[in-house]
Amino acid sequence: MAEIEKIDYWRWTESNWKNPEIPDWHGKLITAGVDIGSTSTQAVILADGVPYAYSNMRTGSNSPDSAISAINWAMKDTGLTLEDITYTIGTGYGRVNVPFSNKTVTEITCHARGANYIYGPTVRTILDMGGQDCKAIHCDEKGTVTSFMMNDKCAAGTGRGMEVIANLLAVRVEDIGEMSFQIDEEPAPVSSTCVIFAKSEATKLMRNGWTKEKVLAAYCHAMALRVVRLLERNGMEPDFAITGGIAKNIGVTRRIEKLMNIKALSPTMDTQIAGALGAALLAKELVEKKRAKENI
Amino acid sequence: MIANYGYEDGSGHYYIKIDTSKCAECSDKGCISNCPEKLFVTELDDFDDEVVLIREDARNTLQTSCAQCKSGADKELCAAACTASAIGFSW
Repeated sequence: MAEIEKIDYWRWTESNWKNPEIPDWHGKLITAGVDIGSTSTQAVILADGVPYAYSNMRTGSNSPDSAISAINWAMKDTGLTLEDITYTIGTGYGRVNVPFSNKTVTEITCHARGANYIYGPTVRTILDMGGQDCKAIHCDEKGTVTSFMMNDKCAAGTGRGMEVIANLLAVRVEDIGEMSFQIDEEPAPVSSTCVIFAKSEATKLMRNGWTKEKVLAAYCHAMALRVVRLLERNGMEPDFAITGGIAKNIGVTRRIEKLMNIKALSPTMDTQIAGALGAALLAKELVEKKRAKENI
Repeated sequence: MIANYGYEDGSGHYYIKIDTSKCAECSDKGCISNCPEKLFVTELDDFDDEVVLIREDARNTLQTSCAQCKSGADKELCAAACTASAIGFSW
């Protein structure tokens, strides 16, 4: 009997990175940020405030283990140990479960600070599309939050919702964005208030002869509509940037841009690390403040 | 900072807006004792200011938690008790 390959279509690619432009971290201030989200965990290590290494992986069933795995993967091939990290900040919904952190900071604050670094000081509105929630954040030129609004009532409009559709349609989650534009005409959106309704609607549309591409377009359209409502409610002020895993899905981001009639800034780094990056930057600032106080 | 706690679902949008910069300067914090559902709690924010927020386990049920209070009075009890005018509702 032929073997059937079992593919988890929802699985996005985990990654780690080391800055080739920093050959040696010795003598530099090393700080770290660990963002434990509902779906993914990131660890970012800075050397004198410059990204030195990071990892981005799925959150397991045990948050402390996920934090340790993420920081170990980020430190891989760097020669760093936990003892070399001067200060670590934990963030995300699992922030209290980072066993080696010195402080915890909310993900709202960290995302704004991280987006300010990734996109530059002109960014004022940040849309963070996470695994199980969605946040609209306003910040000033320093990346300090001035207002926020979030919705985590339902998986619709989040990464988890996208994973459900990927599995249903047997399409790799990373291919959804491109595929959703392989259509003749933009279809009407599916339900944007409930991922269960959206899933059953998608099944019905497939039975009615819709192509996978058309169903994906309808789902991406629905997701964009949902987050646009959140953005409009919190107010839109340019420049605008998107962080989180869904920021990599052009099927959603381009539709948001079209609905809001605004172009999002192009990221210079992995959009999923914004929270951990912000935490690591805040860690550096705290160490420097403490050292300045001690020198007075 | 303007913090909006709540949610949007198929039936509408239910957010309580709190201006935490006003909370940090408020010594009274009458919203906490006046809310019959005990929705408000204090916490040190990321800048070590004591601010008011909506307790996490109540943020997705505001429509039902606030229903009685919203229907009975001209102004919600928390908003009426807030001397800093820091509390607002989206519905």
